[in-house]
Amino acid sequence: MMTRMFAHLIGQKSKPVKNVVERGAVKKFAEAIGDPHPLFIDEETGKKSRYKGNIAPPTFPRVFDYGKIPGLELPKKGLIHGEQSYHYKRPLLVGEEIQCWAQVKDYYEKQTRSGRLSFLVINRYGADSDGEIVFEDEQVIIITEAVRKEMAK
Amino acid sequence: MIAALTELETGQALPEVTLEPVSRLDLIKYAGASGDYNPIHTIDEEAKKAGLPGIIAHGMWTMGNLAKLFTPFYKDGFIEDYSVRFKGMVFLNDVLTLKAELEEKRENKLYFRVSAVKQNGQEVVKGKVVFALYE
Repeated sequence: MMTRMFAHLIGQKSKPVKNVVERGAVKKFAEAIGDPHPLFIDEETGKKSRYKGNIAPPTFPRVFDYGKIPGLELPKKGLIHGEQSYHYKRPLLVGEEIQCWAQVKDYYEKQTRSGRLSFLVINRYGADSDGEIVFEDEQVIIITEAVRKEMAK
Repeated sequence: MIAALTELETGQALPEVTLEPVSRLDLIKYAGASGDYNPIHTIDEEAKKAGLPGIIAHGMWTMGNLAKLFTPFYKDGFIEDYSVRFKGMVFLNDVLTLKAELEEKRENKLYFRVSAVKQNGQEVVKGKVVFALYE
C-alpha cells in the first residue's frame, strides 16, 4: 500500500501564482547568502548595468509562491532535499512580475542500504509578463521509509 | 583576481572563498529570507528529535553561497544552468570553502565544476554551473 504513494500525482500541477521580485526580499536574500553585491541591491549600480536595473541571485526563486499541487500532501518534517537545479533564460529583474507554478515530474523508489527511499521530482517554473519562461527549477526530494510510514498512518 | 571570465583557461579555477564558521544566526537569517522555517535548521531540540546531532544548514543556503563565486561576472554573462547534489550535512561551526573549476569552453558557454567542501575535506555540495557569455 505504501509503495508508489505519489506515483498517481505525476503530471499534476498547480495553478500559476503571481509573484513580484521584490527589492526588499532580494536584498534580504542576498545578505542571507552572504552575497550583498551592488548589482543585486544598489539601485544606481543596477541602472548603469547592462540589465538597466538590479537582478536577483540565481537561487532566489526559493522564495516564490508556486501554488498548491492538487493532491500533494507532504509532511512538514523529515524530508531530505537531495538535488536542486535551475535553468535560466536570463537573470530575474528586480521589480518584475513572475507567474510561478509547480508540477510533479516523477516519483520512484529505490532500495538502499538505509532502507527503501522514495524520490519525488518537482519542477517549478517562472514566466514573465510576455509569457516567456524565465527559469525552470527541479528539486529532488527524498522521503525515507520512516517518514512514509508516518504519513501512511 | 580575475577581471573577466573569458581570461580563464580550461583547468583553471576561480578564486576560492572560505566562509566564516556557520553560525545559528546565519541559518535564522536564511530561514527568514527564504521562508524555509523547517526547525531542524534553527532549533536544537527539533534537530535532535529528527535524529540529528544538532541543527544543520539549509542545503539551499550552501547552494546560494556557492553561486557568489560568479556574481562579479554578471556583466559578461549569466548563470544559465546551476545544478547540485546535496551530499553531506553542514553543522554549526563548520567551515566551508567554495570552489569552481572551468572544465570546458564551448562557443559562448563556460562549463564549471563547483563544490562546497568542509574543513575535513568532505564535499557537502557538488554540482555544475553553465555560464553563458553575452554576444
